[in-house]
Amino acid sequence: MKTNSNHTREPLFHLVKRDALPFQKALLIRVIAVVLAVVLCALLSVALIGASPIKFIGTLFDGSFGSSRRLWKFAKDACALLCIALAITPAFRMRFWNIGAEGQTLIGALAAVAVVHYLGGSVDNWLLLVLMFIAAVVSSGIWGFLPAIFKAKWNTNETLFTLMMNYIATGLTSYFLMVWTPSGSSVLGALPFGHLPVIGHEYLVFILVTLILTALLYVYLNYTKQGYEISVVGESENTARYIGIGVGKVVIRTMIISGAICGIAGFLIVSALDHSVTTTTVGGMGFTAIMVSWLAKFNPLYMLGTSALITFLEQGSAQISTNFNIDSSFPNMIVGIVLFFIIGCEFFITYKIKRSDSHKKGEKIK
Amino acid sequence: MNILESSFVDYLLTAIPLGMTFLYGCTGEILTEKAGHLNLGIPGIMCIGGACGCIALRILGKTNCPPALIVIIAILCAFLGGVLMGMIYSVLTVTFRANQNVTGLAMTTFGAGATKFIMSGMATNAAENYIYALKYFRFPFADSTTSLKYCGVMVYLAIIIALVASYVLNKTKVGLRLRAVGENPATADAVGVNVTAYKYIATCIGSGIAALGGLFYIMDYSGSFEAYKSIEPLGWLAIALVIFTLWRPHISIIGSILFGMLYLAGTQLPAMLGIKLSISATPLMQMLPYIVTIIVLIITSVSKKRENQPPQGLGVPYFREDR
Amino acid sequence: MNRPIALELKNISKYFGSVIANKDVNLTVYRGEILAILGENGCGKTTLMNMIAGIYYPDHGTILIDGKEVVIRSPKDAFEHKIGMIHQHFKLVDLFTAAENIVLGVDDNKKYNINEINETVAKMAQKYGFNIDPKKKIYDMSVSEKQTVEILKVLYRGADILILDEPSAVLTPQETDKLFEVLRRMREDGKSILIITHKLHEVLSISDRVAVLRKGEHVATVETATTTASELTEMMVGKKVELNINRPEPKNVCDRLTVKGLNMTNSDGVKVLDNVSFTARAGEILGVAGIAGSGQRELLETIAGLAHPATGEIIYHNPQTNADDNLMDKNPIEIRELGVRLSFVPEDRLGMGLVGNMDIVDNMMLRSYRRGHSVFVDRKKPKDLAHKIVDELEVVTPSTKTPVRRLSGGNVQKVLVGREIAASPTVLMAAYPVRGLDINSSYTIYGLLTKQKEQGVSVIFVGEDLDVLIELCDRILVICAGRVTGIIDAKNATKEQIGLLMTETKSANTPKEENNNENEQ
Repeated sequence: MKTNSNHTREPLFHLVKRDALPFQKALLIRVIAVVLAVVLCALLSVALIGASPIKFIGTLFDGSFGSSRRLWKFAKDACALLCIALAITPAFRMRFWNIGAEGQTLIGALAAVAVVHYLGGSVDNWLLLVLMFIAAVVSSGIWGFLPAIFKAKWNTNETLFTLMMNYIATGLTSYFLMVWTPSGSSVLGALPFGHLPVIGHEYLVFILVTLILTALLYVYLNYTKQGYEISVVGESENTARYIGIGVGKVVIRTMIISGAICGIAGFLIVSALDHSVTTTTVGGMGFTAIMVSWLAKFNPLYMLGTSALITFLEQGSAQISTNFNIDSSFPNMIVGIVLFFIIGCEFFITYKIKRSDSHKKGEKIK
Repeated sequence: MNILESSFVDYLLTAIPLGMTFLYGCTGEILTEKAGHLNLGIPGIMCIGGACGCIALRILGKTNCPPALIVIIAILCAFLGGVLMGMIYSVLTVTFRANQNVTGLAMTTFGAGATKFIMSGMATNAAENYIYALKYFRFPFADSTTSLKYCGVMVYLAIIIALVASYVLNKTKVGLRLRAVGENPATADAVGVNVTAYKYIATCIGSGIAALGGLFYIMDYSGSFEAYKSIEPLGWLAIALVIFTLWRPHISIIGSILFGMLYLAGTQLPAMLGIKLSISATPLMQMLPYIVTIIVLIITSVSKKRENQPPQGLGVPYFREDR
Repeated sequence: MNRPIALELKNISKYFGSVIANKDVNLTVYRGEILAILGENGCGKTTLMNMIAGIYYPDHGTILIDGKEVVIRSPKDAFEHKIGMIHQHFKLVDLFTAAENIVLGVDDNKKYNINEINETVAKMAQKYGFNIDPKKKIYDMSVSEKQTVEILKVLYRGADILILDEPSAVLTPQETDKLFEVLRRMREDGKSILIITHKLHEVLSISDRVAVLRKGEHVATVETATTTASELTEMMVGKKVELNINRPEPKNVCDRLTVKGLNMTNSDGVKVLDNVSFTARAGEILGVAGIAGSGQRELLETIAGLAHPATGEIIYHNPQTNADDNLMDKNPIEIRELGVRLSFVPEDRLGMGLVGNMDIVDNMMLRSYRRGHSVFVDRKKPKDLAHKIVDELEVVTPSTKTPVRRLSGGNVQKVLVGREIAASPTVLMAAYPVRGLDINSSYTIYGLLTKQKEQGVSVIFVGEDLDVLIELCDRILVICAGRVTGIIDAKNATKEQIGLLMTETKSANTPKEENNNENEQ
């Protein structure tokens, strides 16, 4: 007879975990949170920069949808974020807190650039692209594998491990940039080789590949045996043991996949977008991607929405900072505030506040 | 030989103040983690601390307020800014039980962004106000021509805070309860410790301490308003330092200086040893603290020595009815 | 009895929803006595004690301490009234020393000086005859040392009334003897000690009086000196209740699983399986009776390949190949690859047998998702199976897409048992399959198990209700502290007989091998 409720020390209110809210209701709470956050930001902008709230919101939309160029940029940036968010999702589904996507992507990009640097011009473009791809996927895979093997064998804290790996990737990047640039200027110009073919718009290939990747990952997570194993391990290691899944094996395999997808992201950034690498190539997207994945409840299809939302906020507020001549860091602040609201609103989705009724107030002992 | 010695002292004297930036962040983060909360918002909080201190300087710099008082008020403002950030973090992670990693990262996004926003508006016209405040930050060696001038009040403050934190954690009832909250909140709750209060207070004070690191870095160590741009990476090093020192504030005093020396090794070592090192070696040297941290992390998890593990309740929200 | 009364309970009742945990319980505890609270699993002993210790608050009734009415709303209140409880699951910070754990949360205005505290603790330990080093860390301690810390924690707060919840459950006989010595010393010191237990010989050896609870009600309180083990057993188990569970005669019985000499020691160094040997037969239900935590879980997990004990043999007699396979040290996949169709309904349904956040269909796949060479999972068959189980077992659920976490206990169990049966097992193990279920669901489960038996499956049923074991099973294996104390024919078994076997220990008379029904077949 184990009962957890009926605590007598409870104050008037206590928290109860809800049964899952219906999808629409949960969505409504989230939408309300975003709207509240945007309203707060608008008020803040009135106070700080003297812009009218209407104009604030107008410019916010203008930033992403104001022109076809902005729309393309919006799509490209959202996809870059999406791509990295896809990469960390398998790990997160397994409750493996991989916060090293930043480094995993950067090292992939660096490897791709290294291939171009050393082989560019001496081999065919298609072979170069294949080699870039392999180099990126393998090096990022290693970046994912290292924390995983220690987690599987010795339960080494993966959050801290992957975090540290980010800065090793950054350090390596700035080292190689110094080596590769003759003057030590660290600024690598656009590489002449190793470009993915352009179809239609210059961003189109990148966007299409990311969307295909999204579909593939969705299928992998939901319809394959490996995806199923990831879910079981993430939900309950005891159950995994019960049906004979080797938890360590799944952790390592999944982290290699996670890293490898980061490698693909790095490869795409180099071959389709930047044609170069700097220490800020990933520019914090590895961290923002965590929010994208988490907000989408680790569902690749929902991530289309969450990555679009965050990119929309970033670009919109960047537009505001241009129009009103304020610092370019304004977007980070706006995104931060919106994130606080969304994080906070999850509480109201998971828990409900209940009046304690375990014993009526008046009924004290005579 | 004498030259080597003096340049080593020089090296040390630059490494110590840089290390203190880490030390503030590290002491703050240790307090937070001892309460069971992994606060990845420390880099953002350090930025905010710098910004708040600078606001105080800018406002008071124009008045007739005595400079020494300005310095004290700046320190208090930075602390309060950190406490405010800690409040946001606590509300979300303690009361709302949000995912700590996600919340922390959002804090860093927000903190770094807000700081840049604030500082970019001030950098140009406030510089003159702070030049003379610097003298008071660097008391008592402000007039020294050697690297000794970097060892001002806030260096000692950092060490004192770390020592006090260490004392409180290990030698007092409050510390015992705080550690119990981070290790096993259900047990602490059962013997009547107010888990929520301890988590809130530890997180807020920890954030306040971390925030001082940002102020120190901008106002004292670099002595330039522009320095706000480079706080964030240092904040991550502070988190690395927590692991490196195995959650012990008194060891982190030594650890922070070591990290400072490693961070500066690329530029300082060649000068000291009189050798010429390729400039490209610097980033490799700057990677060292992270590599060392990973090695420590691995060694402690392999050795499984209980005293060296992260607090057991780290990252797990406490919900009494989950029992 | 002229001794002063320390604690008095008057008409205490407690309900959890519609379940009665305690009803109109009256109890008196004197100063300087040891009162044993005796009863079966789930009879409300722990709930009653939790109300005294401030964990729960009674729905009705009053508590008097030293003749005065008191309100105990939290463990803190209890401490203020000098009541302390030592729970079965220790609440200690592993990383702290004994002394640090003892002072944690104590609100005196003294300065924190660990050396002084160490001394005080050492002195206190010496006074009562505990053997403990205050500076030793909890993670270095044996279970009995941890228990000592818990007792000292209560004494340090000045408790005069101590409640111990099954203190000997985790101890070796030697450690138990030592503990009892300490308890006697405390009694001499004027403390009142309430000790929850279901071990008769302990009751007889340590207590002054015994209060017997059954199904939440207080049966009687008797002087230990004037009672006997059989009288207590009778009070504890009560009269036999007719359940009218259908029990067809076993047909085509043959040996299916032979377990020989299993030994297992847990991480605390306690022997949880002690030379366990038995045979489970096809076409019959083998019941496993025993006090909770006597090694049932370890036994089933070992057979299922989840735990790997030090020594022993598990021989499976394969009906298809007629081969004998040893399942020792094999994991669940290897066992299945041998062609052994072993199904297991674990005690922890949502934590082990099912994944709470997955829907019924996905839970159906847990066992079978590996089938076939495709990289994709096949959801067609699990879906059909889910519908079949929902229909046939009348699972109440909005749809097969509902996460099982949101189903009620009975429906969760139907899903789990349904899946395990659908694998057409040759051996079906079920641990406490009706725990927490209402009557109707329970009978559904009994029916399912009996049907499996009729189909020639060897069923192993771990249960706690002796009435059910006697009416459902064909043979009953009784386990006590990891040892098999008897295998008896269920048709002729009595509750008293099983009850005595369940509480028999090494110190008692030699184990009776009541394996007397071999010739019946």
